[in-house]
Amino acid sequence: MTARRSSAEAAAWLLFGAGGVVSALLVPVLLLLFGVVFPLGLLAPPEYPHLAAVLGHPLTRIVLFGLCVLALLHWAHRFRYTLSEGLQLPRLRAPITLLCYAGALAGSVWAAVVLFG
Amino acid sequence: MPDTERSLPERADSTITMQVARYRPDADSAPTMQEYVVPMREEWAVLDGLNYIKDWLDGTLSFRWSCRMGICGSCGMTVNGDPALTCGTFLTDYAPGPVRVEPLANFPVIRDLVVDIDDFLRKLPAVQPWLVRDDEQGVDGVEFLQTPAEMDEYKQYSMCINCMLCYAACPVYGLEPDFLGPAAIALAQRYNLDSRDQGAHRRMDVLATAEGVWACTYVGECTTACPKGVDPAGAIQRYKLTAATRTLRSLLLPRGSR
Repeated sequence: MTARRSSAEAAAWLLFGAGGVVSALLVPVLLLLFGVVFPLGLLAPPEYPHLAAVLGHPLTRIVLFGLCVLALLHWAHRFRYTLSEGLQLPRLRAPITLLCYAGALAGSVWAAVVLFG
Repeated sequence: MPDTERSLPERADSTITMQVARYRPDADSAPTMQEYVVPMREEWAVLDGLNYIKDWLDGTLSFRWSCRMGICGSCGMTVNGDPALTCGTFLTDYAPGPVRVEPLANFPVIRDLVVDIDDFLRKLPAVQPWLVRDDEQGVDGVEFLQTPAEMDEYKQYSMCINCMLCYAACPVYGLEPDFLGPAAIALAQRYNLDSRDQGAHRRMDVLATAEGVWACTYVGECTTACPKGVDPAGAIQRYKLTAATRTLRSLLLPRGSR
């Protein structure tokens, strides 16, 4: 066997894991609050100026940006294998990998523009 | 099987149909299914059905078996689509039948139900599945003591019987024949986690590669298929963390403190 140790795979997997953890922790809370609890009036939603001030804080933006980037990297890693192995396209592995991580990068840039632009 | 003492089993109350894959790669263009009707008894495993066929119905059927009690790992086959040890899979569980018996998936067929596992036998020594010591002392006069807690660390992984069910169940191995595979990685972990072993750094060159643990996508079918409770999927995930931490350390820390 002539395989070499792969640092890139290790990094991709760590980011995939981090994205999964962060998404699993933060996304359900946000969905529950803004999708169910506030619309149903179970809790009084914060006033607009209050929410705008929270969102305007740089720390909130950094956390949201981190969530977007890691969640996208999680998606890229999972979708890459869904395409190349789920659809059995081993010959297209390199372009699929490129496409998925490029997609995550593009999404991250978009998130940065929305959050900091 | 030289068993002259045996007489034809007495008539069974019920029977079951077994559909058995027949294939001679040198003569046949494709595998065909052949049907046999065998007695169905409460205590008969699929392997007993196959032995009945071999002894009384069709001596040309080829399959591997040895211990009949889930120790030797020879009789792994695909039973109704799932990889299983035929000695531990009972005919009555498939009543009223038919039971489909095919060779293990993902391996080339030598004949009928016999598969060629040379690929695994080539990969296995690459992970050095033995105690590696820096101090090469002889066996005599050296005693490596171990606490029960230290033994529990690896004991589960040492139950592997090389039956190849996990390779037959693994969709990644089916797509990527270069993948080191579940059993080989679990056996590497069996020694990595052994307090007496000092070879983890040597095994890393084989394990922390694109064909090693990183090829695994954590489908988990290997663990479902394992008849000995080894959990290869868990072993691989655990090693991914080891390999990733190791990589991070080598990237971030100065050489001396790695």
